[in-house]
Amino acid sequence: MSDAEPVDLDLRGLLCPLPVIRTAARVDALPSGSLLVARCTDPGVREDLPSWCRMHGHAIEGISERDGVIEVRIRVQPA
Amino acid sequence: MTSSTTSTSAPDARTGDAPRALALLSGGLDSMLAARVVMDQGVHVEAVNFYTGFCVEGHTRALRPSKGGPPKRHDALWVAEQLGIRLHIVDVAEDYKSVVIDPRFGYGAHLNPCLDCKIFMATRADDFARDRGFDFLITGEVLDQRPKSQRPEALPLIARASGTEDRLLRPLSAHHLRETLPERRGWVDRTRLYGFHGRNRKPQLALAAELGLEEITQPAGGCCFLTDPAYSRKLGDLFESRGARDYELDDIVLLKVGRHVRPGPAFKVIVGREDGENRYLAGYRDRFISLEAIGHEGPLALIDGTIDDEGLTLAARIVARYGQGRSAPAVNMQISRPDGSGEVRTVAPLRPDRIPDGWLL
Repeated sequence: MSDAEPVDLDLRGLLCPLPVIRTAARVDALPSGSLLVARCTDPGVREDLPSWCRMHGHAIEGISERDGVIEVRIRVQPA
Repeated sequence: MTSSTTSTSAPDARTGDAPRALALLSGGLDSMLAARVVMDQGVHVEAVNFYTGFCVEGHTRALRPSKGGPPKRHDALWVAEQLGIRLHIVDVAEDYKSVVIDPRFGYGAHLNPCLDCKIFMATRADDFARDRGFDFLITGEVLDQRPKSQRPEALPLIARASGTEDRLLRPLSAHHLRETLPERRGWVDRTRLYGFHGRNRKPQLALAAELGLEEITQPAGGCCFLTDPAYSRKLGDLFESRGARDYELDDIVLLKVGRHVRPGPAFKVIVGREDGENRYLAGYRDRFISLEAIGHEGPLALIDGTIDDEGLTLAARIVARYGQGRSAPAVNMQISRPDGSGEVRTVAPLRPDRIPDGWLL
């Protein structure tokens, strides 16, 4: 699954905590090993998505920002 | 372009046959303490936080960044991490409408249906707990801390009306309340719970210090816009202007953004107060008429309602008044419609003394 195409999740325009809620729902529906790329505009995701991933056991592979869009890369871990 | 990488470490999984409790976590101190004192008795605790659309955090912080202010983070997430427990954030915004629009037990001082809200939250938490195999619920409610929803008669009412009955434990005020299921079953030692009551928060602060919980995000309360008089006034105006007690999520989010100026019953002008709000309002250009000055720094504004040509000129003058061209004899205003059409209208900025206080919501 690691080699599969990343799954794109467009969360632009959503404000805290909706990016976390939508990410959680998407992650729950993906198989272990999937890479989810959440694209966000709320700067709060820099704190919130890593926090949510830590407590639910998923891995943040990186956070980057370009033109005001923050991309959070999440590797889905086994439930 | 910036980047960062964060590693993960999952909290401990449930071990053995430890009882399981679901804590309602607001992000404030009381619910944090309540969860912690039960955790300290060997109970497996996870937490739930409900998104109603009226939560104070998040939206305002993201929209109006303050220099040197607190990090932009979800308070309940942060608290759960400090406690080392899992937090589940649940979107209840749609179902919550009925609580706001038609509360069985009425409103508090503003449009805050606190008692109905507590019942709703306990009910939803109970549904969640039953689905996921939790044995009981925890809240940070403190007897007599708030006038409507934490009166002596209110706490049993919440347990009864939500159907949670004796599965709802309030560890901070347990000594003032009837014994609950987790206490009877011996999952929780009642003598290690508390008898806090009233508005004095010193006991909670002392307990926080005793437990080593030093970084406190916020005092109890203040996490809901509905208790804010200015917000409630704007929500009341929304209901009145539409002739119906109803709203969509975008409506209640927009009430948190910008100055709301209503020159008449047909429309109001939402004027951004700084760059973050302007950027956020720009996301609504495909649904609202928008206005902004050309050649002068100034806010972006949206028109909410039905507006005629005369009203549009008045709106343009209002928006011009809040920009750098406010002292100019005339300002060119770009008016853009959701269908992509637009025009430039030259107007004289409205003098501040021509904007009656009654227009400002």
